Amino acid sequence: MTDIPLATAEAAVAGTDTGRRAAPYLPMPRTAARAATLAGAVISIASTFMSWTYTTDFPGDLTVSGYPGGLQIMTLIAAILTGVVALGAFGTPGLRWLNPSRSPNSVLLLALATLGTTWYTVIDIAAKLGGFANLDPGGFVAFIGALVLFAGALGLPIDRRPQEPAGAEYYELGRFEKYAAVVRTYVWLREARLHHSDLRVADARKLNPWLQRLVIVVVYALGLKILTFGLATDYSDIFIGYLIVVAVGFWGLGASGLLKQFQQLTHRNRRFSATVGVIAAIAYPFVQNNEHWANLGVSVLIVGTVALGLNIVVGLTGLLDLGYVAFLGVGAYAAALVSGSQFSIWSGVQFPFWAAAITGMVAACVFGVLIGAPTLRLRGDYLAIVTLGFGEIFRIVVRNLDGVSGPKITNGPNGIAQIPDLSVFGYNLGDNHSMGSFTLGRFANYYLLMLLITVIVVLVFTRAADSRIGRSWIAIREDETAATAMGINGFRVKLVAFALGASLAGLAGTVFAHVTNSVVPDPYQFSGPVPPNSAFLLAAVVLGGMGTVSGPILGAALLYVIPEKLDFLSKYELFAFGLALVLIMRFRPEGIIPNRRRQLEFHEDEELAPGNRPMGDDTVPAATAGA
Amino acid sequence: MTTTIPQQPTPASAGPKQALLEASGVIMRFGGLTAVRDVSLTVNGGEIVGLIGPNGAGKTTFFNCLTGLYVPTEGTVSYRGTVLPPKPHLVTQAGIARTFQNIRLFANMTVLENVLVGRHTRTREGLFSAIVRGPGFHRAERASRERAMELLEFTGLAAKADHLARNLPYGEQRKLEIARALASEPGLLLLDEPTAGMNPQETRATEELVFAIRDQGIAVLVIEHDMRFIFNLCDRVAVLVQGEKLVEGSSEVVQNDERVIAAYLGEPFEGTPQSAPEAAPADAPESAPAGAPDDDEAPENDEQQENDK
Repeated sequence: MTDIPLATAEAAVAGTDTGRRAAPYLPMPRTAARAATLAGAVISIASTFMSWTYTTDFPGDLTVSGYPGGLQIMTLIAAILTGVVALGAFGTPGLRWLNPSRSPNSVLLLALATLGTTWYTVIDIAAKLGGFANLDPGGFVAFIGALVLFAGALGLPIDRRPQEPAGAEYYELGRFEKYAAVVRTYVWLREARLHHSDLRVADARKLNPWLQRLVIVVVYALGLKILTFGLATDYSDIFIGYLIVVAVGFWGLGASGLLKQFQQLTHRNRRFSATVGVIAAIAYPFVQNNEHWANLGVSVLIVGTVALGLNIVVGLTGLLDLGYVAFLGVGAYAAALVSGSQFSIWSGVQFPFWAAAITGMVAACVFGVLIGAPTLRLRGDYLAIVTLGFGEIFRIVVRNLDGVSGPKITNGPNGIAQIPDLSVFGYNLGDNHSMGSFTLGRFANYYLLMLLITVIVVLVFTRAADSRIGRSWIAIREDETAATAMGINGFRVKLVAFALGASLAGLAGTVFAHVTNSVVPDPYQFSGPVPPNSAFLLAAVVLGGMGTVSGPILGAALLYVIPEKLDFLSKYELFAFGLALVLIMRFRPEGIIPNRRRQLEFHEDEELAPGNRPMGDDTVPAATAGA
Repeated sequence: MTTTIPQQPTPASAGPKQALLEASGVIMRFGGLTAVRDVSLTVNGGEIVGLIGPNGAGKTTFFNCLTGLYVPTEGTVSYRGTVLPPKPHLVTQAGIARTFQNIRLFANMTVLENVLVGRHTRTREGLFSAIVRGPGFHRAERASRERAMELLEFTGLAAKADHLARNLPYGEQRKLEIARALASEPGLLLLDEPTAGMNPQETRATEELVFAIRDQGIAVLVIEHDMRFIFNLCDRVAVLVQGEKLVEGSSEVVQNDERVIAAYLGEPFEGTPQSAPEAAPADAPESAPAGAPDDDEAPENDEQQENDK
């Protein structure tokens, strides 16, 4: 009668065939496969100490023997990781903890990371310098080593989907079902899928509590190191190698179960890990003592914070807002007007930062209520269209308030320039400040200020999400009719979400105005090549994971940093965005960092295997949306 | 299942014979279609009233008029003497809770969170208090959770408090809907086909649950196609046919009413041999809907969804 019994019936059917089989992709004796894997790892490691090319023309100096540099470091790290995880998978005493699930899948994925980065390097050298003749023997050794490693890993008993039943019919292929070759390929692909998400791992929460905290600190420090290393890469070639290793490597570590164990630890020591995370974030401008990267950091924090505000509206309440960046603009313009800039119509007025921040928040909140009150009676697509319209109206109005087309408030397209730097408790954020051996430049100061605001927004988000009002937001997202029948005043609750999201964007906007020194109408559009636009923010939320705290921040960071580092991408940036979103929606609809709830929603058939209930379901209450 | 409902101070508990809900002259038209035609119905305190009728008779539409999901074209609905505004959240606030014919849980929230959402009208904590998290917030949150757990124990779902609602089996989803409705501390509970799709044991359990709710002093108005369930349960039964109330009265009166039988089985042929005039009416209402108990009132659902937009 309804879809619910059907859904349970489907789950029951799906639950019956969630077996797993362990079979190699390349049939070879087990010892041979293990030997090839380890030998490949050793060869790859050794190759990085050799010279890969004759000339220093290739980015990063790969000509030095005995000292890995540039992309060789990527191969070195990936190969070492593959080697030790492989030893763990083979049960070597003392290294087993590196592969808690004992699945060779992690070895295969890490080998893939090694192969990817090594071959990318070798081919890139050949392409950039004109032919394989430019390779030194070391390059060939690396090429072969990575291949041997990957071939060996393919020979390991990989955990994957069970064999398709004989004579099964594949209606989803439609008219292609006639062609035997297509069906064979399809079956092969289905059988080739890795299957390790439900492998059991030892419970990390049984460790000594102090050891748990030590592990958290070490992992966060490593994370900071990895992050700063990636940001400090000078060439897009090296950054691509880095991306391959990090992305595939994380996938591999997920297969090994290490990430699951780390999640258990952070979940157990939630407050402690949050504190360590903040400390790591504070440490960033000190570790990366360079104004350019501090600038990148503050930009990422701003777009991340705004994306988090959008997440309240889109992720929690389920209102698709396509004009959200307007609220950032309102906050920025409000702050600029009271900043004391000589281009402001109130050039004599200079508010202290706290007052400017409140002004920006209140202005954005008022604007949010004004836009929300008439539009929030609409549902779904209608709301999306109307918010899109209002977002564009904001930009056009601001362009026209120049004294010619309308009253002179915003100086039209010229914007408000020369916004003076902030001063907080006599600490001028525009100056360099020396702290011991570190120098905090202008952007580092703003980074720290923005970090404070991000922490506030994260607190507001988590606390609001786990409360009466947050539950009513989620209820409205799930089923608005049922929610109103439970006594929730849908309009009011939605308006609160809309206004809160707008205020948080306005707060971020006040800092944004000061960081960029000037505000102009152009960035506040629906979509464009410069980051703070509505499409970018929405993409950050969807890519990172709707309804989570870390998702939108991570999504914003990726979307901001990757185009920044890959300069050749600049022409195709929007295309790449679209492609990334389509791929994410197809293969990981819950986003990079899944909300526990949404993960259950999308992967029910995999997770509901009898006896394999996911930990989010019945062992830990999914109380906070951002857990 | 426990049959002791947790004691809860009901606001101004109505006397047993005092009229709780009074719908008078409710008319609901959708364009040219009159779905509900001048229906009046009274539910007294402590009473279980049944509402039956063939598919498409307008039962769910009438329910939607009572709970404010539809604005009746004409007529008024009053609760404890005050006329209800046609807004669902104000109706719930006043003390009328409902369940839905096609289960409408918050599928991706946990069982406990579903019940906590039901507590919405009985708690006051707003956004500011959620962000500041003063002692009052923690106290209210703890009280809400305790009350929600009591209700889950009452409905036998306490062990599954942390499961996602969508992962519950069908019968338990129905129970959870009732628990969620009870969380708003209603004086009157409206159940829309609570046993649809249930097996006899589950139906029996639901019957006990409804009695236990009644014993708590909560009046119940229930739509159902299962005649045995209705006639076991209800003090009074009203029959809707084609939007009009045909008859209202005790089980016997309704069971023996020829118009009801005609509505379910059709008019007898002219000259049909009247072989067993006594046996037929007794069985008729029971067997008629049993043939297609799951065949829901499709046109009504469509209307409802249209209206939701």
